[in-house]
Amino acid sequence: MEYSEKVMEHFRNPRNVGEIENPDGVGKVGNPVCGDIMELYIKVKDGVVTDAKFKTFGCGAAIATSSMVTELVKNKTIDEALKISNRAVADALGGLPPIKMHCSLLAEEALKKALDDYRGRISIPASGKPVRKLQIG
Amino acid sequence: MLPFFSKMYGNPSSLHAFGQEAKHAIEEARYIVAQFIGAQQEEIVFTSGGTESNNTAIKGVAYARRDKGNHIITSKIEHHAVLETCHFLEKQGFEVAYIPVDEFGVIDPADVKKAITEKTILISIMHANNEIGTIQPIAEIGKIAREWGIYFHTDAVQTLGHLPIDVSELNVDLLSASGHKLYGPKGVGILYVKKGIRMLPFMHGGDQEQRRRASTHNVPGIVGFGKAVELAKEEMAREIEQLTLLRGKLIKGVLDKIEYARLNGHPKERLPNNVNVSISYAEGESMLLNLDMEGIACSTGSACTSSSLEPSHVLAAIGLSNELAHGSLRFSLGRLTSEEDVGYVLEVLPRIVRKLRAMSPLYRKEVK
Repeated sequence: MEYSEKVMEHFRNPRNVGEIENPDGVGKVGNPVCGDIMELYIKVKDGVVTDAKFKTFGCGAAIATSSMVTELVKNKTIDEALKISNRAVADALGGLPPIKMHCSLLAEEALKKALDDYRGRISIPASGKPVRKLQIG
Repeated sequence: MLPFFSKMYGNPSSLHAFGQEAKHAIEEARYIVAQFIGAQQEEIVFTSGGTESNNTAIKGVAYARRDKGNHIITSKIEHHAVLETCHFLEKQGFEVAYIPVDEFGVIDPADVKKAITEKTILISIMHANNEIGTIQPIAEIGKIAREWGIYFHTDAVQTLGHLPIDVSELNVDLLSASGHKLYGPKGVGILYVKKGIRMLPFMHGGDQEQRRRASTHNVPGIVGFGKAVELAKEEMAREIEQLTLLRGKLIKGVLDKIEYARLNGHPKERLPNNVNVSISYAEGESMLLNLDMEGIACSTGSACTSSSLEPSHVLAAIGLSNELAHGSLRFSLGRLTSEEDVGYVLEVLPRIVRKLRAMSPLYRKEVK
């Protein structure tokens, strides 16, 4: 098994590591296959993802895909972000070894969950402009 | 070893002078190896390595003694070369008992005794474990096997050249070892087969090795094996002392410098060259890759690096959770490992663990 240059580069210098204070969406996922865990935080403004950060416990591929998905999602609209697939993350990394493809699913799922979380927190009134729901409790 | 690739290219099975020259060389190697483990020269069979030796011993005995029974006893922490051979035999109608180990990876001879049935024909227990280094009470288990008239095989791939081995003292009937584990060439191994032990050959098609292993001899490999044993004979005592010291330093250093770290395997009854630790909240492959970038080579039992995506069966057998197996690292020390090398690992590893833990969502929760 060998990682691409790009994977190793993101593994060595992962982008956007950390948490976002008061995030607009959080996606926490665990990989049932190997036990890796990923948390993805997003900030959204006017329907556009303005910031993304992650925390991951996992292998080289898990860390590199986490890093790459945060890069890919920035400045995307919610609709565009929803279309980011695990394949797209893997491709952006110059591919992943076949046995590591499941790691890219982790990144996709974390992103989908964060976006779902964001959409759950807002409501769309008649004006069409999203407003934040009142958080209870 | 090198001249046997070119100038001394004879086939030891040939009668001409070139052939006889090669034959002399392999018989000399056989003599050296036999002496080293307290065996007779004709009890040593050269093979292509530890895997072939284990396969030959287990299948060879199983089929040769099928008339006596179909029950085999082994342990849960054997190398895959033994475990998968046993799985294969299970499909062929044999029954296999897999003995568990305690938290340090030690097999209790009493458990082996309890597992014996009237159909037991073979017991195969490794001398020392390749992942966690735990040394097994082979002589005791061998004694039990003798009392019951059951053949006893040990996989000594990890120990030949690293621990003193005497086949009589260990009470073994068959013993496997591999050249590259004692600085010899890859692709060559031995199987010790005690005189009088019935074993069917694994390879057919030639009279080599007293018909116990057909195939033209790997002359350079065998000569290299002999040389490696010769060197091990000279170096072993000093090496055991030196590596035990370094092993202690590395283990102590890791446990002192890194929070939430633990030693896997037995603290004392372990190979002098083996260090296996689990570091919580940092994943094994990530640590391995980071260490590799700093010029440190190690391995991990993490599910992430296994082709099955299952964590190590050995770490599972000693009761480690998947999380702890996930953060396991194995360091192998060797003849060339120095005190500075150990110091370097102890300088680099804590830094890598800090970096990965800062990225880990698990660590934050634990610390809070």
